[in-house]
Amino acid sequence: MSYFLQQVINGLQLGSVYALIALGYTLVYGIIRLINFAHGDVFMIGAYLGFYAVARFALPFPIALIIAMLGCAMIGIIIEKLAYKPLRNAPRIACLITALGVSLFLENFCSLKFVFGPNYLAYPRPFAVTNYNIGNVVISNIQIIVFVVAIVLMILLNIFVTKTKTGMAMRAVAFDKNTAQLMGIDVNLIISITFGIGSALAGAGGVLYGIAYPQIHPFMGIMPGLKAFVAAVLGGIGIIPGAMLGAGIMGMVEVLTSAYISSTMRDAIAFLVLLIVLIIKPAGLLGKSSIEKV
Amino acid sequence: MKNRNLQTIIIAILSYIIIQLLMLFGIINPYLQQIICYAGIMIISALGLNLIYGFTGQFSLGHAAFFGIGAYTSAFIIKLANLNITFYLIIGIIAAALLTGVIAFIVGLPILRLRSDYLGIATLGFGIIIKVLFDNADAVFPIMGGSRGMLGIPPLTNFIWVFLVVLISVIVLRNLINSAPGRALISVREDEIASEAVGINTAKYKTLGFVIGSIYAGIAGALYAHLYAFLHPDNFYFLKSIDVLLIVVLGGMASISGTIVASVLWVFLLEGLRIVLPEAILDWRLVIYPLLLILIMIFRPEGIFGKREFKFLKYREQKQK
Amino acid sequence: MNNNQYNILEIKNLSRYFGGLKAVVNFNLTLMPNELVGLIGPNGAGKTTVFNLITGMYAPTSGSIKLSGEEISNLKPHQIAQKGITRTFQNIRLFSSLSVLDNVRIAYNFKVNYGVSDSILHSKKFSTNETIIRHQSMEVLEIFGLSNRADEIAKNLPYGEQRRLEIARALVSKPKLLLLDEPGAGMNPAEIKKLMQLIEFIHEKFNLTILLIEHQMKVVMGICERVVVLDFGEIISEGNPDEIQNDPKVIEAYLGKTNNECADLIEDEN
Repeated sequence: MSYFLQQVINGLQLGSVYALIALGYTLVYGIIRLINFAHGDVFMIGAYLGFYAVARFALPFPIALIIAMLGCAMIGIIIEKLAYKPLRNAPRIACLITALGVSLFLENFCSLKFVFGPNYLAYPRPFAVTNYNIGNVVISNIQIIVFVVAIVLMILLNIFVTKTKTGMAMRAVAFDKNTAQLMGIDVNLIISITFGIGSALAGAGGVLYGIAYPQIHPFMGIMPGLKAFVAAVLGGIGIIPGAMLGAGIMGMVEVLTSAYISSTMRDAIAFLVLLIVLIIKPAGLLGKSSIEKV
Repeated sequence: MKNRNLQTIIIAILSYIIIQLLMLFGIINPYLQQIICYAGIMIISALGLNLIYGFTGQFSLGHAAFFGIGAYTSAFIIKLANLNITFYLIIGIIAAALLTGVIAFIVGLPILRLRSDYLGIATLGFGIIIKVLFDNADAVFPIMGGSRGMLGIPPLTNFIWVFLVVLISVIVLRNLINSAPGRALISVREDEIASEAVGINTAKYKTLGFVIGSIYAGIAGALYAHLYAFLHPDNFYFLKSIDVLLIVVLGGMASISGTIVASVLWVFLLEGLRIVLPEAILDWRLVIYPLLLILIMIFRPEGIFGKREFKFLKYREQKQK
Repeated sequence: MNNNQYNILEIKNLSRYFGGLKAVVNFNLTLMPNELVGLIGPNGAGKTTVFNLITGMYAPTSGSIKLSGEEISNLKPHQIAQKGITRTFQNIRLFSSLSVLDNVRIAYNFKVNYGVSDSILHSKKFSTNETIIRHQSMEVLEIFGLSNRADEIAKNLPYGEQRRLEIARALVSKPKLLLLDEPGAGMNPAEIKKLMQLIEFIHEKFNLTILLIEHQMKVVMGICERVVVLDFGEIISEGNPDEIQNDPKVIEAYLGKTNNECADLIEDEN
């Protein structure tokens, strides 16, 4: 029983990181209907930015976090402007292929020796690890920090999207881009902001992932990125609470599969979940299906 | 009609003779022969993806998985039965074609309903599941090697085999496209709603395109397994699906000629760069390559050939007076 | 000319809801063979939804649709097309990067007597059938004045000819019922006149029953024998063109909406 609870806690940790990435996917998809494959690689860049902040410049953790978030926000916005904006009116697949290209480019570019280098790097923990024992279950301060930071960011996002004018503009553009434009909303700006916020969250996820599973490498973003995307689809793509719900489930499923079945099957299970969702209810757990108007 | 078939065959025979002579006189050494065979294999695989995506409009990122299924199927059967004569490669090819066809049909039924970007993700997911299965295959079939890789596969693939299969693949695809079923496939890509409205069972044709295209990948995989005589699950990761996608996009979707040219270009470029580039900037290969993909999508999405074909591949019908 | 004594189309109590939105409510319609009936109503009245229900693109929330006595509301769109109902679309849906000839040939597909292996092997069946398809397609194109454009790419055609091609494609399979969704959209008065002649011509020549959605009152009043008026998904009036022109309910439905349509009505009355 305590083994199970332990796994649940591990699952929550993983789910928190997935949630931060999944939110970026869902925000971007909601607004321009693009599956941003490069998102997982922004996550990777965030991890590296955090790494350099702590390892090379000995900055305290909160500062490292902010630097990673800001850096990733900028990168996300630049990617959108250079690679996706020119294809705003192109068929969806063209954008998808481009996103794949951006993803591969980021991975291989960062592998170059003068950038991050292709090797695995050990992530320095910016503070000492302490474990707390609650009954038979062990929770480390790392896990608490990951969980708390993720929750705080999600709450901030929620407030931003529901209570601010910009947030409302984001929701308007996601609902109907053309009408939003006619209402005087600067759609390009909103799209940039959306990318910025989504990327910042992914960056935070990267830093948290780094301190939780302390090994990073340029291709680390592929799997978490894809799984976070599955999480977003599972919860209902384009729906913010859906991304959080889906991520929680995905994190739990992955950890439990690892613990009770086999760790090599982890990845397969994640995508089995995806296939099942897409076949049975593509709109996701919290989603409503839409009908194409002829 | 007979005219065009004759032209195609003459060109084919000529190129075959030329290449065989070059090999005979040692101008094309064994290393280069392998590269040429690999180019042929990529042509077959890319033609398959072109059928699925370029002609039928179904965006699949799972092509590498079917390539892998074909490869492992052929390798498994031939190694198990210890067949060492080149001719017996036909058994591997047929087995690969059958298994990929069946799996593509089963997988296609539920997922081809999905919209393009979701279909891409679904096929991507399928590909990852298959790769994990390959990694763990040795638990059930030790001979398959799992994540350590499968060794000792009889190297039955040679230039004759590759040439023949490429020739047949091209003619089959060309004939299929220029026929009523072929036009039905293309109409699904053009406008699915209009296609249904004129009586085309779009679900059936999506499945047809997907299954045949995946069979092409399986056959290519079989040839591949017996070319390098070694298989590793990493060769069939979804990233390899993107390689084939690049070839199809680069060559021009729905252009058979474009796919042929782009496949050859891609293989030789990659190999050429490996030889030419100094060790230090070898990694730049992998950086330039996705950059190329992005630039094509933004500036020339129709690829090199657009929808055009070489004259001898165009199926010219007799004009009725 | 009666077809097995059945009406061509019998729609009873047809309704379609999208969540809370009632797009079509209790729609009833009977079409006898060879009728030319108009379906009009303000924008958003549900006319295209009715077409989509008939052609199987949407399943009804309730109600029945019968073609020559056979229930079709549970069939897929391609099955309904094969049974003899074809249509054109509000926004032209041609296979735009294909040739004019191909656009028409594809409509023959379900009548074709050969399969994949025949095409790959170029069997006798293949060549015979291809010749027949080509011949019959060219015939149809000839009727519509498009035969000299056979090899041109559909999207390069001028708008009026694209419309004609869409109609030609819909007639290739010799359907019983043709649904035309705003064929006159985007046309000037001269083109409208030609369109009316074309519709009357195909009505006669192909022995068709036609259901026509149109906003251009000239067309509706000029060629329709009977008109059905829809508003908010419900039928508010039915009758011959003169009757519905003077029906106060119809006038109110339009007056309450846009001025343009009202102007059309008034202009036609004069």
